[in-house]
Amino acid sequence: MKYDAIVIGAGMSGLAAGIRLAMFDKKVVILEKHSIPGGLNSYYQRKNFDKGGIRQFDVGLHALTNFIKKGEKGKPFSKLLKQLRLSYDDFKLCPQSYSKILFPDYSLSFSNEFELLQNEVMEKFPREKDNFMKLVTRVRDFNELDLTISYSSSREVLREIIQDEVLIEMILCPLLIYGSAWEDDMDFAQFVIMFKSLYFEGFSRPEGGVRTIITLLMEKLKSVGGEIRFKTPVSEIITQDGKAIGVKIGDEEIHAPVILSSIGLPETAKITQALHEKMNPPIGAMTFLESIFVLDKKIPLEKNDSTIIFYNDSSKYTYRPAQNFFDPSSAVICFPDNYEPLVREGEGVVRITYMANYSQWKELPRPQYEEKKAEVAESALHLLKKVITGFDEKVLFKDVFSPTTIERYTWHLDGTVYGSTEKSRDGRTPIQGLFIIGTDQGFLGIVGSLLSGISMANLHGLMGAEA
Amino acid sequence: MTAANVRQIVLDIISDIAPDEDVSTLDDSKSLREQLDLDSMDFLDIVMELRKRHKVEVPQEDYPKLATLESCVSYLSPKFA
Repeated sequence: MKYDAIVIGAGMSGLAAGIRLAMFDKKVVILEKHSIPGGLNSYYQRKNFDKGGIRQFDVGLHALTNFIKKGEKGKPFSKLLKQLRLSYDDFKLCPQSYSKILFPDYSLSFSNEFELLQNEVMEKFPREKDNFMKLVTRVRDFNELDLTISYSSSREVLREIIQDEVLIEMILCPLLIYGSAWEDDMDFAQFVIMFKSLYFEGFSRPEGGVRTIITLLMEKLKSVGGEIRFKTPVSEIITQDGKAIGVKIGDEEIHAPVILSSIGLPETAKITQALHEKMNPPIGAMTFLESIFVLDKKIPLEKNDSTIIFYNDSSKYTYRPAQNFFDPSSAVICFPDNYEPLVREGEGVVRITYMANYSQWKELPRPQYEEKKAEVAESALHLLKKVITGFDEKVLFKDVFSPTTIERYTWHLDGTVYGSTEKSRDGRTPIQGLFIIGTDQGFLGIVGSLLSGISMANLHGLMGAEA
Repeated sequence: MTAANVRQIVLDIISDIAPDEDVSTLDDSKSLREQLDLDSMDFLDIVMELRKRHKVEVPQEDYPKLATLESCVSYLSPKFA
């Protein structure tokens, strides 16, 4: 079977790439190992034993970054709408109320209006007022989309501009945990992308969660004639004379001159012998645990009206794999009920994310694994009670997913969430015709991944000579 | 095909790519990029739509020739002949 292009993985970047290619009459097939699309941003369901029926949960998505209002132009989100020919209204975006970075001595709130964060910094760190504005200008003027920039340490750049170490830690905290493959630091280009996505633009959530986005993308793919196959793991990328020529799925071979792989750089090298001989990209160590609680009612707004709390129990933020299974000293607490319109009827949901340690979880035998997960849920609930004064809602259901759960459903080696520390910003690999899209191309989050798929499909599938 | 036809073909494509833009007030001699919210990705789409709808090929080195409506018309007209 012969195609113009093969896309490996039906996550956000793979779906976007498939849409772009099919839109301009390329014969394209997306091959997905799992039985459903979404990749790291997917969903699952559990039976509701109390009341019958099922409850559905999102995986990955706490928030959609890069919020824009309808009609706003020239922003990442508006670019992806145009490129995928989707309408703003289809996403049914519900904006956040506000979020906060909660450290022992300081708290900084931010919302979809950047002025809030600016005012918070000026009020709480008055001596850093001018420095913070210097940072803002530096971020604003930086062209993070330049695919040729090489790594520079965000901490070093921040220390050149800002004096107060606590402020540096607080600025970094959400940006690191929402998108850094590097431990304790991140590439400054990535920092700029994240700063703009989170602080300049902000958070929203599509009504209906991640499935709303996945449904939109699947419908668009179908309407432009793209093909997708589920439960179809690629066992090998076939090369000939240093060029990728196709893939193996079971006994079947599919040929195409362009292969866009969204499965990660180390994961791609693992199934491409010729690439493996040329590079050995490191597997990113950052992986997480998430506890999900379903509550008998939504937490009253007078107890908490924030959407996401980035919690840290000391003035220094540590971002690296937990030393002992999970690290309760910091967490991201997401209240999906606190996206507008903040209705209070019905059950409530809280999601609490901790940094974890893959190898320890991997080695746990079954009974201890379940015990450890219970320990995580208990710690998360304890934290919730500490952060929300007067929390007395009843937990109807809880679930914890671990690094091994992530590995099992996404096939990311070691359950890594933000991929390798080695990125291929222009998507190229040493193998001609084989390109990297998604997490290891370096654009992260849902909006970043979609733009990664779009821009790499444009560059290598539409403009490139190969397809 | 007349210059007016070619101009309309380009306008139709732009309207489909950027449905929120008002193309009725465009100055033909001024850069499209300055008047509309178009980036390099959108120009790629103009090229792709020309190929898809009209089988007209614009090689990458010629993209700058699509800068204004006027230059679009003079560059594309021979291709539609």
